[in-house]
Amino acid sequence: MHSETRLILGGLTTLAVATAALVVLPYITIADSAPAPGLKPYTPTELRGREQYIQHGCVYCHSQQPRARAFAPDAKRGWGRATVAGDYAYDDPPLLGTMRTGPDLMNIGARRPSDQWHLGHLFQPRAYVPGSIMPAYPFLFDMRDSAEPGETVVALPPGTVPEGKVVVARPAALDLVAYLKSLDRSYPALAADQ
Amino acid sequence: MSPLAILMSAFILSIVGLGFFIWSQRAHLTDPSTEGSEVIFAAGEIGTPEEPAAPSGTTRPAADADDAELAARARADASTAPLVFFFYCCAFVWLLVASAAGLTASIKLHAPDWLTAEAWLSFGRIRTVHLNAVAYGWAPMAGLGTALFVIPRLLKTELVGGRYALLGAALWNAALIAGLGSLAYGVSDGLEWLEIPWQIDLLFVAGGALIGLPLILTLRRRQVAHLYVSVWYMGCALFWFPVLFLVANFPGLHHGVEQATMNWWFGHNVLGLFYTPLALASIYYFLPKVIGRPIQSYNLSLLGFWGLAFFYGQVGGHHLIGGPVPGWMVTLSIVQSMMMILPVAAFTANQHLTLKGNLGALRQSPTLRFMCLGGLMYTASSVQGSFEALRSMNAITHFTHYTVAHAHLGLYGFVSLVFFGAMYFVIPRITGRDWPWPRMISAHFWLASTGIAIYFVSLTIGGWLQGRAMLDESRGFMESVLLTLPYLKARSVGGAMMALGHVVFAAHFVRLLIARGARRTAAGPFATAAEGI
Repeated sequence: MHSETRLILGGLTTLAVATAALVVLPYITIADSAPAPGLKPYTPTELRGREQYIQHGCVYCHSQQPRARAFAPDAKRGWGRATVAGDYAYDDPPLLGTMRTGPDLMNIGARRPSDQWHLGHLFQPRAYVPGSIMPAYPFLFDMRDSAEPGETVVALPPGTVPEGKVVVARPAALDLVAYLKSLDRSYPALAADQ
Repeated sequence: MSPLAILMSAFILSIVGLGFFIWSQRAHLTDPSTEGSEVIFAAGEIGTPEEPAAPSGTTRPAADADDAELAARARADASTAPLVFFFYCCAFVWLLVASAAGLTASIKLHAPDWLTAEAWLSFGRIRTVHLNAVAYGWAPMAGLGTALFVIPRLLKTELVGGRYALLGAALWNAALIAGLGSLAYGVSDGLEWLEIPWQIDLLFVAGGALIGLPLILTLRRRQVAHLYVSVWYMGCALFWFPVLFLVANFPGLHHGVEQATMNWWFGHNVLGLFYTPLALASIYYFLPKVIGRPIQSYNLSLLGFWGLAFFYGQVGGHHLIGGPVPGWMVTLSIVQSMMMILPVAAFTANQHLTLKGNLGALRQSPTLRFMCLGGLMYTASSVQGSFEALRSMNAITHFTHYTVAHAHLGLYGFVSLVFFGAMYFVIPRITGRDWPWPRMISAHFWLASTGIAIYFVSLTIGGWLQGRAMLDESRGFMESVLLTLPYLKARSVGGAMMALGHVVFAAHFVRLLIARGARRTAAGPFATAAEGI
């Protein structure tokens, strides 16, 4: 090869083809998918919780994309129907995930509607799911002798914390749980090819 | 349109497109002369190995080589020395940071109650620090440093505008420190490979542009007619990366699931169109240089290059198989993933033909040992990746540790090993000192290669079993978690060996720098440059 101009232009052309296929066409066709009927926008608390979900890297172990029955038994595990673009209309960015070191969470709000379960599970996952390898998040809580009025005390299984101590949820933990409970796409939706 | 029709048309379009490209780019495609591949040698130098990392006395200067050309190469080396030295120092630091973070993350997966008091040490954050320290620290610093060393040699001129690159590297590293700090603190954009906040990305853009500038300035002063294979890869990589980075990080541009397709367009292309070309360019330069013989087939390298340029860019959609994205896009990516076998085969055949009859050099040359193993891992990880993209296989391996093993085979087994090899060659040239303890090079090689072997094999088996368990609805989800534990522990063992290898490598580098009575490499043109000019 003798010409750097042809080299660089050629290289940029091949990248342009790829960008057209993977970025521009999806931008035109699905970037502004209308919210699926039945999908509610997040509340400010849930959005703050979503920030917690992002900053603690939950996405690296939990997907948010149950797959079709023909592909995997996700629905039979209770993770919900296959999602469609409209399910993510309020998700900026969408947190599809690439790992299932832990279960899919797209419908965890429907599966686990209890605040207390989530709070306790975040404080010490192994007190709820024996053998779980999920990290514990003690820094989202305070362990004290007694709680102030208005604070949320976490009801933990016996033996999780020393006798006489109470565990109080910090606002970040409450926000995160509000977000987890909002993950509920159990309303019906049709995929484009169904 | 039926999926089969889409598949066929994508296939035919690709073939026609690739053919057209190679035709439009060719210069005497059928020309039997090997002039294009001989450009890396001085007149009369073919047959003479150059291997500064080999124990002294095993390489001799070429008796018949053109002295003026060797002196010009020495001047080219001298023009890049301080700059490359800075890049490599940064690479060492990020390599150690990334190793520590990666090993911590690995141990946490099987010891989840270890170090839980601090948020920045939790798995989700330390894993992200590991990835970003590799992706924006170790790999680009080692790869770009090597490119800046090689390009003036290939263009037979001195580096022009090195000061811009030095400023650029300073900005880049400042950005990375800020980026890793913000991730550890809990500020993240939330997309894999694109976690660093876009405000900090502006610094990367400025730094990257300044690093790329000397390439253009040096190209305009080139003294050679032929652009050697390595220049194609390095030149294009330096233009591809800014496009990828700018489009992907542009704030407010991407919405909804389109962000996910863009995410994997970026995520896979930063591997395929940035690290891979930088590493392949290094192999194409150092391998023939070390054995003293031009690459076998110039035309195969042309096919390998344009095949990669054409197919690799479109494979990212295979990360979203089964996801809520358009089916045609996923199908296109699967087809192009399979098409990648073509350029990979071209590269592999070329490497094999060039090495044939020269395998004895592996014993003498540390550079070659790292490069050859790295090249083999390129073939292995690419072929594995192609098959992993097939729906039938992806159904099992997606969402499992199998993918993590594959990623490390590519970015460590291939890219990092090649950069290790390049650094063993370049560092004696830019410092004018020999590696003091050849045994530490061997220790590094065996720790790294055994470590990645344990890492890859254990995680591949564990991931496969995990995927099979998840597909069987009669087995509870926890079963897929518990069965991976022995494999996750084995991964920590492999990872610890790799990290130890890096400590050996860095300690050896420090020893080289503080060596008393610094010895010049006997055979090196650097010595010639210092004494003869």
